[in-house]
Amino acid sequence: MIKIVNKKVIAENIVMIELESDSISKKIQAGQFIILRVNSKGERIPLTVVDKNCQKGTITLVYQIVGKTTKLLNKLNIGDSISDLVGPLGHPTEIKNYGTVVVVGGGVGIAELLPVSKSLKEIGNIVIGIIGAKTKNMLIFENEMRTVCDKLFITTDDGSYERKGFVTDVLKELLVQSTNNISIVYAVGPVPMMKSVCEITKLSNIKTIVSLNPIMVDGTGMCGSCRVSINNETKFACVDGPEFDGHAVDWDELSKRLKLFVEQEKVALDTLE
Amino acid sequence: MEQKERVKMSELRADERIRPPKAYDEVALGYTEEEAVTESKRCIQCKNPQCVKGCPVEIDIPRFIKKITERDFQESVRIIKEKNNLPAICGRVCPQETQCEQKCILGKKGSPIAIGALERFVADWQIKNMTEFPKTNIKLKEKIAVVGSGPAGLTCAGDLARSGYKVTIFEALHEPGGVLRYGIPSFRLPREILDYEINYIKSLGVEIICNVLIGKTYTISELFNMGYNSIFIGSGAGLPYFPKISGMNLCRIYSANEFLTRINLMHADKFPEYDTPINIGNRVTVIGGGNTAMDSARCSLRLINSLTRNSRSVDSSVTIIYRRTEQEMPARAAEIEHVKEEGINFMFLTQPVRFIGDNRGFVTGIECLKCELGAPDETGRRRPIPIKGSEFVIETDTVIIAVGLKSNPLIPKTTPDIKTNSDGDIIVNSETMETTLANVYAGGDIVGGEGTVIEAMGMGKRAAKSIIQKLS
Repeated sequence: MIKIVNKKVIAENIVMIELESDSISKKIQAGQFIILRVNSKGERIPLTVVDKNCQKGTITLVYQIVGKTTKLLNKLNIGDSISDLVGPLGHPTEIKNYGTVVVVGGGVGIAELLPVSKSLKEIGNIVIGIIGAKTKNMLIFENEMRTVCDKLFITTDDGSYERKGFVTDVLKELLVQSTNNISIVYAVGPVPMMKSVCEITKLSNIKTIVSLNPIMVDGTGMCGSCRVSINNETKFACVDGPEFDGHAVDWDELSKRLKLFVEQEKVALDTLE
Repeated sequence: MEQKERVKMSELRADERIRPPKAYDEVALGYTEEEAVTESKRCIQCKNPQCVKGCPVEIDIPRFIKKITERDFQESVRIIKEKNNLPAICGRVCPQETQCEQKCILGKKGSPIAIGALERFVADWQIKNMTEFPKTNIKLKEKIAVVGSGPAGLTCAGDLARSGYKVTIFEALHEPGGVLRYGIPSFRLPREILDYEINYIKSLGVEIICNVLIGKTYTISELFNMGYNSIFIGSGAGLPYFPKISGMNLCRIYSANEFLTRINLMHADKFPEYDTPINIGNRVTVIGGGNTAMDSARCSLRLINSLTRNSRSVDSSVTIIYRRTEQEMPARAAEIEHVKEEGINFMFLTQPVRFIGDNRGFVTGIECLKCELGAPDETGRRRPIPIKGSEFVIETDTVIIAVGLKSNPLIPKTTPDIKTNSDGDIIVNSETMETTLANVYAGGDIVGGEGTVIEAMGMGKRAAKSIIQKLS
């Protein structure tokens, strides 16, 4: 059993929890993820790790309450336990000094973007951040990203905060300004966002790394549920990724595969109501 | 009266076992005491028993069978456990027909003695009649780590513990058992049998820690730093093979590993009581000819029959396609028989060349080529040769790919000193099971393809033996 030692609602339907896991806290690096199971009848879901505390032996996760499993997880409070946690999974982000990096995050993806941005900054990159959310109440880690980034742009779909529009609007403008001299773009968020980012950066031929979130079961390479096409070659996001060259990803296939269990997800949610 | 022919084991009727409430109940029901004793008396107790040579773990088969004739079942199972820690599992899933029973002298004129069924009988007798496990004595100071709790790991750990070593098994999934848990369905291996056998290994003093992925949570070198003297890697063939043909990533195309894991480990058959879903249609096509393909087909049939939408007799079917013929199928004869009894179709000499999908990305058909058999290949089986221009389409809404596995690369990748061959299998000395890294041993599917449960156990035993020799 894995104990929840802290819990905090950080935005509308977005929650941060701190879990006891000495082994993972000492191992996990930016870009990696974990898989957890809430209870003995639960499914295994991959989640982003936003922070770790090696001294305390804890890791901090962020989840958005969307389906049955995240609802069940959200019923638990400080002092409660989840039944299973395994990790770290996937490859860490390749952190090196690229020069100027643009990091783009949408929605709950910003949780994954934050540790990557921190690591990129620490090694000496100029980090330009663009983060966006549907609306002001759903924006997370604005202050943390502001501390890490040399420049930070914020968009909301509905214009309720900062600039109205999408993260890609800002990205387009940054790419036009040749003075920015951008070496690489790192994007994480909903599939449509990552896809648009890649379409834009492809025009300027700027290398773009994305972190993919397909459906997973074991997370160890054993089942192939998370297979994605990269340059028409099948890769497993859990062990070959989760990060890939965004220009090589078959985005349509990924969006379609993400909808495989839509009906079942509704049925599962109904059992909670 | 003397029994000439093998005593047949009773089974659940096919029409009864493919739908609730008995859909996942064990099919083969086992011998009664009288049946077991009658069958055991057929054994002629050869002076030079060939059956023992056919057993990868060299169980003293005539001796355990003799004890059944004397109705001394406790002694019988003790004799088996001298060599085999998991008899209730082996008695069910070992391919005896190509191992011990193939060598049985009775088989020359009639049917060989039912060694597997007798092994299962005494193992089950023990489960029913002995509630307490024997106490063991963990007295040696050396700690040994075992990676993976499948058949190789459990066997290696059991043998080491019985020799007095402190053993810890690290399992990546949330429940122990490896392929016995996620791969083999309950109608072939009931979960309570598996749980009993794992508890027996624990009773020997073995500690099993789940949710630890070696290669990620800890590397091999970190295990040494944590104080383990020797390490056995039995991490299995955990990487499904997907043929490189177009449309492979359409929705509702599953690897057998994913499909079976969702059902066996995650209980998707009980969705939504359990949270893990499975999405299948009414026309399932399984590609492959091994036991995994048979298991996938039988699970599909049961799932289709369990789904409520099928109460109003929807046209449904499960079909296995295989590029050779029935003679070349690697699945056990008994399993092929079960598949046929359950009304699953076979299409032999059929090779898929392309998957066809709709605009939502769901599979709707498989374009195939007809094949003919050519000369035998390196496996000794006749090679299938596709016939030009024989393309045809199988309409289907769900596909399960069961054409083989490769070794999981996680550990070799993070431990470069452990050398692998071109297939990604860990290279070992086949006598001692030592890898290219000192004090690291490996066995089971991680050292070569998809073997059987008992072969994996045999390797686990050999590794345990060499670890003991090295440490003592």
